[in-house]
Amino acid sequence: MPLVAQVFYFIIYLILQVVLVQKVVLFDVAFCFLYLGFLLMLPFEAGAIRLMLMGLLMGLCVDIFYNSLGIHAAASVFIMYLRPHAVSIIAPRGGYETWMTPKLKVMGFEWFSIYSLLLIFLHHLLLFFIEAGGFGNFFYTLLKVLASTAFTFMVIVIIQYLFYSARRSI
Amino acid sequence: MNILFQFLYTYRALVLFVVLELVCVWLIVQNNRYQSAAFFNSANTVAASVTQTSNEVSNYLYLKEANESLSEENARLQQELRQLQQQLSLPSMRAAVPAEVEQQYTFQAAQVINNSIHNSKNYITINKGMVDGIRPGMGVIGPNGVVGRIRSASDHFAVAISLLHTNMLVSAVVGDTDAFGSVKWNGRDPQIANLDYIARHQKVAEGDTIFTSTYNSIFPAGIPIGVVTEVSLSDNATYYDIKLDLATDFSSLSYVYVIRNRLKQERDSLESISIN
Repeated sequence: MPLVAQVFYFIIYLILQVVLVQKVVLFDVAFCFLYLGFLLMLPFEAGAIRLMLMGLLMGLCVDIFYNSLGIHAAASVFIMYLRPHAVSIIAPRGGYETWMTPKLKVMGFEWFSIYSLLLIFLHHLLLFFIEAGGFGNFFYTLLKVLASTAFTFMVIVIIQYLFYSARRSI
Repeated sequence: MNILFQFLYTYRALVLFVVLELVCVWLIVQNNRYQSAAFFNSANTVAASVTQTSNEVSNYLYLKEANESLSEENARLQQELRQLQQQLSLPSMRAAVPAEVEQQYTFQAAQVINNSIHNSKNYITINKGMVDGIRPGMGVIGPNGVVGRIRSASDHFAVAISLLHTNMLVSAVVGDTDAFGSVKWNGRDPQIANLDYIARHQKVAEGDTIFTSTYNSIFPAGIPIGVVTEVSLSDNATYYDIKLDLATDFSSLSYVYVIRNRLKQERDSLESISIN
């Protein structure tokens, strides 16, 4: 993926997150962190170091708008560190081909949903418990994690169907 | 030494991961302080202008509510003004009060451009900043009651800690009694807060209004905080468990006032001298 396209997608996802989705909270508990879509779409060949730096950058930008400096960054760096491991655990039979990208239309719904649900869940788990500052209100925070995981996943899947094609370039 | 470098290189991803997470933890800890620099939050000029632009659009949807709440406030203030004018017309009320005591509090109106209510630490971004005389530590009230306190300010914007923030405490008093306590949000329902530290010998009933007390230098005394909805006292507890319905509706907050206390510095320095 060329650098220009990556910068473009970074900005688009960030603006959508802070202008549109930040205000949408369903049933008081389901938040949408759409910007994870950008981090999940980074190509397979990106190493853990590049992924983590992208996660940090995106996390910090989102944090500035959420007044939660460091929290989104910590959660994003965490899942970006785990991403290569997760990808290798859920590798399809025969491994990955060089032309593959982690998009829904390329990898299929089953692979994509395991991949993104796992990482989104871990991200939200860390995010909401750091934000709550501990395990007080444990079940309420857990409810937020689960509801938000479902919400974020749904929005990311819809965007995959609407805007991403199966072609090589992102 | 070579082996060390080789080791670091082999585990470079893990090392970077640990370093980055430590940086994040440091940022989170820094950010939890009561007052902070305005660069890395939504008072930052770029972030605030993006938020303001998007807010200008969504504001049209709430114009009616904002209008109603402002006109109600207007009517209430008119009434209070008339009462005070009548009182002042009596010669006995015109005692010699120094101007800075008489005008101890000044109010600066501001528009809310960003507001969250669903997190456990909520913040409010407003469109007035250092240029308008806003400084960290000042109190913020809305048309109906207490809203929060300023946490950081840039030139033209400021971020306030909402009352809906699990670390925010406001010194409070029950109605006309002398039962002092502190109001703290429980982190869940944006309309309900707890009133702690009301001792068991005090009389508190459902329906009592809770006001800000004189025990703080941020808010003037007598600003409404909420109305008591639930009182319970277990047999061996020292304090009541009191829940209140907050006076401010945080979900439709559009205009607020930032309070400047001219005598705050004098009071705080006097109190700190007396303590040391």
